[in-house]
Amino acid sequence: MNRKKERLIKYLFTTLAFASLAFLIGIVLVLFKEALPIFAKVGPKAFLLGESWYPTAEPPEFGILPLILASLWVTAGALVICVPLGVGSALYLHELAGPRQRAVLKPVIEILASVPSIVYGFFGMVILAPWLQDTFELPIGLCVLTTSIILGVMATPTVASIAEDALSYVPRSFREASFAVGADRWQTLTKVIIPAAGSGISTAIILGMSRAIGETMTVLMVAGGSAVIPSSIFDPVRPMTAAIAAEMGEAPVGSEHYNALFAIALILFLITFVFNIAAELISRRFRLKLGLSR
Amino acid sequence: MMNTHESAIASVPPVRQPARGRKKRGLTQKIGFAALAACMAANIFFLGAIIFFIGLKGLGAINWAFLTQAPRDAMTAGGVAPAIVGTLYLTLGAIMFALPLGVASAVYLTEYSPKGWIVNLLRVSVNNLAGVPSVVFGLFGLTVFVKYMGFGVSIISGSLTLGILALPVIISASQEALVAVPQSIREASLALGATQWETIRKVVLPAALPGILTGVILSVGRVAGETAPILFTAAAFYVKGYPDSPFSEVMALPYHIYALMTEGTHPEEQTRIAYGSSLILLALVLSVSMIAIFIRQRQRKTYHA
Repeated sequence: MNRKKERLIKYLFTTLAFASLAFLIGIVLVLFKEALPIFAKVGPKAFLLGESWYPTAEPPEFGILPLILASLWVTAGALVICVPLGVGSALYLHELAGPRQRAVLKPVIEILASVPSIVYGFFGMVILAPWLQDTFELPIGLCVLTTSIILGVMATPTVASIAEDALSYVPRSFREASFAVGADRWQTLTKVIIPAAGSGISTAIILGMSRAIGETMTVLMVAGGSAVIPSSIFDPVRPMTAAIAAEMGEAPVGSEHYNALFAIALILFLITFVFNIAAELISRRFRLKLGLSR
Repeated sequence: MMNTHESAIASVPPVRQPARGRKKRGLTQKIGFAALAACMAANIFFLGAIIFFIGLKGLGAINWAFLTQAPRDAMTAGGVAPAIVGTLYLTLGAIMFALPLGVASAVYLTEYSPKGWIVNLLRVSVNNLAGVPSVVFGLFGLTVFVKYMGFGVSIISGSLTLGILALPVIISASQEALVAVPQSIREASLALGATQWETIRKVVLPAALPGILTGVILSVGRVAGETAPILFTAAAFYVKGYPDSPFSEVMALPYHIYALMTEGTHPEEQTRIAYGSSLILLALVLSVSMIAIFIRQRQRKTYHA
């Protein structure tokens, strides 16, 4: 009787544990199912590389290259900010901050990470964009530059906390060996610890990138929204996430436009999926290299 | 003062290589460390700037009526009470869905699961689910909950969508908490003749409770601030009165901010209300995460003591 109950409970937990996998598969299925009609209609190449996105024009045009390029531009811009700041903060926490400083600074980074994206978007819209526009005399405040700055700030805590984890995995003996041959702290940091944690740090950067490219509300509010291929960092753009969020409400269910938006989501999902798998593989190798099992 | 110092350095004759190298090294280190400190300072600056600007203008908009009344006069006056209530409902619903599922997954992964490809597969799916862009969750919720299951644009659709988003957060935090429970406690319980389930229920879970709680609180903060997943599944700019069933549309704070900034015809008044709403949301989310951080720090201390 008791044994039967034990087995039953184990089966119950096993079933529930597969929920995450089921949701992930469900997401893939839904995206494919709703996206396929537009690929069949327009053709994958014309869809991905088409240069005009006029989904509501007559006849409509479904080329998402401007949206993909917009996402790449703002993500690249975000990386310029979050990689040095995130990795720099991680190194500071790991190398220079004492226990007391860490007790304050680590929560600061976590709290920065928990600021809702809508608040970042609002801040970008009412504070940063007007300020940048006035200071640099830009024709328009809502553009690639503003978006990149906000996304960079948002991704910094992600990069910082994962990179800091990676640094903490580097065995103490590496540092001691470096000091023993006469290196100072800076040399030890740049020539021993950073290379040793290198793949862990790249994991952090990939996940930061993934966060930036998938961010929705911020880019929806701050990027400016025009679906043209950007030619400078002062151009307003419409990244993939913004297009989905802005247009889904108006696209009639089952229409070509509706399917096209799901297709954008599918591509976005695949991009972040590749990033996440890459991060997973790199971090697994990293841990093996340093002889850590977890 | 500065000049004489610089010229003094410039006029130093070329000395023996090692000494010069060491001096240069010392300088590089100083500059390098200063750069790292600047990176860290930037984080504090960003957080400070956000809190300062939103707080400065937000406080002016907030008063008792703002917190307790519904919007009036085409969203230009009154308060945001229905949006606050809506956010509470959505968050509560999401946690009610994600908590049992998340804790059960974590228990399976740490207590039951045989080592090997199943654990790996499930771990990879949890990590990937955590990395799915929030707007994609929104589309999934729209297709499955709103359309396929026929819940419509409603609290329940939004809660379920947000729950899936919160699931990986709760699983990871619970797993971390369960792994931290010393193996010897489990063995002691099993040695006394308790079954595995009894051990989990009466020994392991209570010991891991604070850690699990931290994960829950962190996910509350995350869920309450999310906008993209509820865009097409739950939220409306204006709903008359308060929601009376899980199947009604709701107003929600994050969506309210977005709508105030992008819809309507009185940008100036609406921006003022958006400032107030942002401050409330920010205060809500940040205090929730601070509670989580506080619990965790205390918890870590007890483990290390």
